[in-house]
Amino acid sequence: MSLRAVSKHFDDVVAVDSVDLDIGDGEFFALLGPSGCGKTTTLRMIAGLEIPSAGSLKIFGSEVGPLPPNRRPVNTVFQNYALFPHMSVADNVGFGLRMSKTPKADVARRVSEAISLVRMGGMENRRPAQLSGGQQQRVALARALVNRPKVLLLDEPLAALDLKLRQEMQFELKQLQREVGITFVFVTHDQEEALALSDRIGVMDSGRLLQVGTPEEIYDAPVDRFVADFIGRSNFLAGTLEAHDRVCLANGDRVTVPSVADGVVSVGDAVQVSLRPERVMIDRAGAAPEGHASLEGEVATVTFLGNSIVYRVALDWMTIEVETDHRPDLDRHEVGDRVAMWWRDDAIAVVRP
Amino acid sequence: MSGRSIAPTTRWLLRSNSALVIAFLYAPIILLAVYSFSGSRIPGEWGGFTTEWYARLFDDSRIQKTIGVSVRVALVSTVIATVLGTMSALALERFKFRGRRVFDALLYLPIIIPDVTMAVMMLMFFTQAFDLVDLLFGLGLSKGFATIVVSHVAFNIAFVSVVVRARIAGMDATLEQAAADLYANRWQAFRYVTLPLIAPGVLGGALLAITLSLDDVVVTQFVAGPGSTTLPVYVFSLIRKGVTPTINAVSVIMLLASLTLVAGSVALQRAQAVRGRTNSE
Ligand SMILES: Nc1ncnc2c1ncn2[C@@H]1O[C@H](COP(=O)(O)OP(=O)(O)O)[C@@H](O)[C@H]1O
Ligand SMILES: [Mg+2]
Repeated sequence: MSLRAVSKHFDDVVAVDSVDLDIGDGEFFALLGPSGCGKTTTLRMIAGLEIPSAGSLKIFGSEVGPLPPNRRPVNTVFQNYALFPHMSVADNVGFGLRMSKTPKADVARRVSEAISLVRMGGMENRRPAQLSGGQQQRVALARALVNRPKVLLLDEPLAALDLKLRQEMQFELKQLQREVGITFVFVTHDQEEALALSDRIGVMDSGRLLQVGTPEEIYDAPVDRFVADFIGRSNFLAGTLEAHDRVCLANGDRVTVPSVADGVVSVGDAVQVSLRPERVMIDRAGAAPEGHASLEGEVATVTFLGNSIVYRVALDWMTIEVETDHRPDLDRHEVGDRVAMWWRDDAIAVVRP
Repeated sequence: MSGRSIAPTTRWLLRSNSALVIAFLYAPIILLAVYSFSGSRIPGEWGGFTTEWYARLFDDSRIQKTIGVSVRVALVSTVIATVLGTMSALALERFKFRGRRVFDALLYLPIIIPDVTMAVMMLMFFTQAFDLVDLLFGLGLSKGFATIVVSHVAFNIAFVSVVVRARIAGMDATLEQAAADLYANRWQAFRYVTLPLIAPGVLGGALLAITLSLDDVVVTQFVAGPGSTTLPVYVFSLIRKGVTPTINAVSVIMLLASLTLVAGSVALQRAQAVRGRTNSE
């Protein structure tokens, strides 16, 4: 599936702004971003429920831009499931097959297969109102999967479930995707969910697709301050890119950085260095080993989280958050202590400010 | 609520309130029914039990004819108004089109404007239209069954549309999108998803339309022809000559017909609910 310069405007609101995206066959792809960033709109354009204002949209090489939803090889699991309340579970699941004029005997067989695939056997005759949230979710999945679409679109399918059920369903969803081998495009605003489930993630903000990559790439090498901030926590040190692998920080220190990919930022640009709290080492002032970039400051707050401790360290030009394991062999620092902080050169990333 | 005790005075007030309301609602109906069996010609005077008025009613071919007209007008106009009203409700709730606001506002005009205005409007419309048809095709049309039906449709569309719209507004539009996503075309999505879900609204709208059509006097009086008069219009003309217990009898029968309609629809909905429940077990 490929999107080229796809945009969607609602009157003067730009919901999706020139998105380019390729999604591979059989891939579990997550579209991640805060609410209102255009995820649903993107998904609805793929489903055919929204007509793109501009751009081209191809599925398996054929242009689907102008096709109505009933003529596309995709199926959707809606955010609120959208189960038909007046039909039984079996009738809900069989709806797509009946509409596409599948022979009756096949309908019955495939419906019961799909129902057992999502482990809803024995509930065929219930109405949606008689099911729990998790069960409704499974019926919605079965209703889409039974049609053997080439692409399955899921719009925050787990958002309405409580935490425990959500984790269970995440696992099941991943399992299911492996079993059926269909491309999943999964919309979520939950970064942990995206990291845990997907082969690749696309991060969106205000209609734009900022970065696409594997969960590790997105976490370790974000290219945009928004991406680094949205996924996990990060400190941002302002500076200027002096060479492709060196940044001059705002306090005048020079730090070595992993080489910056072309096209993200260029030498001479104002940039930010993203420094994950758990990647920063901390010790008494002066104890920083040679050969590392280091900063010194005073502990401003200490927060105990059980398995870890979070220090906020005040420098004279900014505050840095450091997260360390809570272990007996590590010194604990108190408010007011002078401390040194350092990191490996490959633990940081240069991002667009 | 049930756990709270109510002060005796409050309870007394509430009880007398209910009693009053019930009296106002039903006393006239009971009086009407009772006097339809009264042997006296003078309304309000008890002259012993008789079914004479009902017997007369069934002998009166004029009344039977008007009942026939009323029923046919009600059925035909209800079917047309229900279809058109449902369609306009769908258009207004589900589609964006040029002139939607204006259409929306104009559609409800028949609900707001007085019956007499509506009646005069329809009368003028038919006069002009007939003149035009006569001029163009040389056909001399006259008022009658068709003009009554058209007029009833004209005001009933608005009522059906209001009732159906409320139902559509309460229905999740993503259900129709889900149907489309599952390969249903527009018609199939309507037939298998939208219609079953708005059916109670459509049925309610149709019942309202049939009742309004059976009840209407003012508009019908203006557009009826000499050969075709509905029952209420005929009754109205009888009253002008003086109230007789026959009118009571007619009214009782009309009342029974309305009650049957309502009871029928309630029974229908109950049956559906029961079927829904047994299906799901
Ligand atoms: N039908 C619509 N009409 C007008 N604006 C819309 C419509 N649908 C979405 N938008 C706007 O487009 C933007 C993106 O919305 P959406 O795709 O639903 O975001 P997300 O799913 O990421 O929360 C929002 O600002 C929203 O208000
Ligand atoms: Mg959304």
